Amino acid sequence: MYRYDQYDHQMLADRVAQFRDQTQRYLAGQLSDAEFLPLRLQNGLYIQRLAPMLRIAIPYGMLSSRQMRKLAYIADHYDKGYGHLTTRQNIQFNWPHLEEVPDILEHLAEVEMHAIQTSGNCIRNTTTDQFAGVSADEITDARPYCEIIRQWSTFHPEFAFLPRKFKIAVCGTRHDQAATQVHDIGLYMVRNAAGELGFRVLVGGGLGRTPVIGSEIRSFLPEQHLLSYLDAILRVYNQEGRRDNKYKARIKILVRETGVEQFRDKVEAEWLTVKDGPMTLTQDEVERCRGFFHDPDYKDLPGSSELLKRALGGDVMFAAWHDQNVSAHKRPGYAIVTICAKKTGYAPGDLDAAQMQFIADLADQYSFGEMRITHTQNVVLADVEQDKLYDLWQALKTHDLQADNLGLLSDMICCPGGDFCALANAKSIPIAESIQRRFSHAELREIGKLSLNISGCMNACGHHHVGNIGILGVDKKGEEFYQVSLGGSASNDTALGKIVGPAFSQDEIPDVIEKIVSVYKQQRSGGEEFVETFNRIGLDPFKAALYGDKSNSRASRPA
Amino acid sequence: MPASSEWIIKDQTVVSNSWRILEAEVGVDELADMEQQAILAPLDFWLAERSTLQARKGLTGVWLDSNEKPGSLIVDSTFDINEIPLIAVNFPVFSDGRGYSTARALRQNLGYEGDLMAIGDVLRDQVFYLKRCGFNILMPRADQDAEIMLTAFADFKTGYQASIDQPEPLFRRR
Repeated sequence: MYRYDQYDHQMLADRVAQFRDQTQRYLAGQLSDAEFLPLRLQNGLYIQRLAPMLRIAIPYGMLSSRQMRKLAYIADHYDKGYGHLTTRQNIQFNWPHLEEVPDILEHLAEVEMHAIQTSGNCIRNTTTDQFAGVSADEITDARPYCEIIRQWSTFHPEFAFLPRKFKIAVCGTRHDQAATQVHDIGLYMVRNAAGELGFRVLVGGGLGRTPVIGSEIRSFLPEQHLLSYLDAILRVYNQEGRRDNKYKARIKILVRETGVEQFRDKVEAEWLTVKDGPMTLTQDEVERCRGFFHDPDYKDLPGSSELLKRALGGDVMFAAWHDQNVSAHKRPGYAIVTICAKKTGYAPGDLDAAQMQFIADLADQYSFGEMRITHTQNVVLADVEQDKLYDLWQALKTHDLQADNLGLLSDMICCPGGDFCALANAKSIPIAESIQRRFSHAELREIGKLSLNISGCMNACGHHHVGNIGILGVDKKGEEFYQVSLGGSASNDTALGKIVGPAFSQDEIPDVIEKIVSVYKQQRSGGEEFVETFNRIGLDPFKAALYGDKSNSRASRPA
Repeated sequence: MPASSEWIIKDQTVVSNSWRILEAEVGVDELADMEQQAILAPLDFWLAERSTLQARKGLTGVWLDSNEKPGSLIVDSTFDINEIPLIAVNFPVFSDGRGYSTARALRQNLGYEGDLMAIGDVLRDQVFYLKRCGFNILMPRADQDAEIMLTAFADFKTGYQASIDQPEPLFRRR
């Protein structure tokens, strides 16, 4: 993975000193709340319901064991002993003290980590597919480009005070696991007819209040122009994005109001002023960044492992986990393991300090000392020898990390919700748990691949719009209700879910999900996944099951 | 409307301010009282009264509000933007980041080499970015402390990106 040189270290040291000074001035009353607000947000610091929340950047999800141990240390010393993985492949802590945050940042800097631009109206952590570099089907490894974008976006002097937050995803795999199309800028790595690498550029995707799938503004951007083109998009957005209304300030609204064609013309015109200038990537720089992501020292192994075969035959539980959580690796004899942080009874995406320590040890022992955080709030060990999968699984069991539900209904994306977040309209963690408790493991496996995403408010941190089943917490006259949508997808065929009807109370939700699943099970044909059945039969059968024949006449219920 | 202050920071040094910022609603008849003075005219006024302003004895600059495009200054194809001795860009509130793009466009796209001043809600914690985007003069908000403002130029030793004060991005220098 990327390693800092003296420049990166210097920049981080400068940042820690700067934020320490800003915090001191704030505490001394020399900076107003309004003046401190964007400064702390650009260091990932929110003031939450119960305490400040600190969101730490994990650039494109890559994490070393040394870094994970540092996160465990922070959880133990500055928090209540746990952290929460986020949908931007980051981690957040819910209980730090404001005055201790500069110390936390100093700890992080020791292991080349920070909280820079994890919040605020600026360019956020660039995300990518968690299988980048190891996927069996990849155009190219997106991580070197993510790192190039990370450096370009870090402290960009022109784009620190954008109209609103700005999120970029890069996808180099064929099967998109990065929700690329619902980002402010989505970049798909492609090759042109001549075999040259470049990017297909989408803009204006996003979730939140107004979910939109990104529009293509360029089918092929040669790789060397990456930064100048991004600069041009950001400059148009910075100058023309709406600043009169927070809810209309994202680039998706600008693209819609301007029109995709006209927006593209503006970007291209702006691009011509900087194209082929100093921002043009040099081959040296691309190679330098690629060098950080070269394959580790893989062994030459046979394509299939006898040890693994025997273990699969002899242990049903292991076989179930292997079936669900282990993915194909590009190298013979290796496998990609996803550790699901979604065990029933734990808040989805939460890891305690002991688990963090333990996962770091496992990474050292089984996967070249590296991990990846996924946008679905799980942890990946990307380079595990197939011979060692059984050992690894047994080790996971000792720390309650053996959940074999990757991609199943219980592997939910879930925001912290009203238990922690000041923005939330409703709780989300108890909803997740009530659903997880409703289904047995056998039922979940029988249902198969189904994404269920829960957000506690319109801001959609839980990506509810793109869940096969989406649940949104809404506030109706002081009471918490839950709106359910169906048919969303964050994959290559990204789709926004359709709202099924009037919202439900918290108690009703497990029944509601069960009814939805029953309709699917009755109607599915062959090996159809939930979303395929939904696309074929539409919303009506689900409505009928949930609301009866009078599905549109329940006027007494809040909409 | 930004108020003129007693001091400004020019090229990282505190100096007294001789520029008077005219309000957006200024009228031509008011100019008589400031014949010798260095003034900053609001964009619309500057565009409408160019000949009157050119005939003045004192220096005349122009200020752009955050929603005004730098391209508006190019009145015709023969106009040389470098005839303007000073262009100011207003930050109505520090979190309105349009002025950064305005500055970069003036320097990079329009080739402006004269004095470029940030006015309005100009605070210590934005100094470093303002400098990088091409502002060489800052007129801080009235409550800002000159000594503390000056420390901000050293917030960072370098930056990753190409910028006005360092056109080569770090990857071409490291």
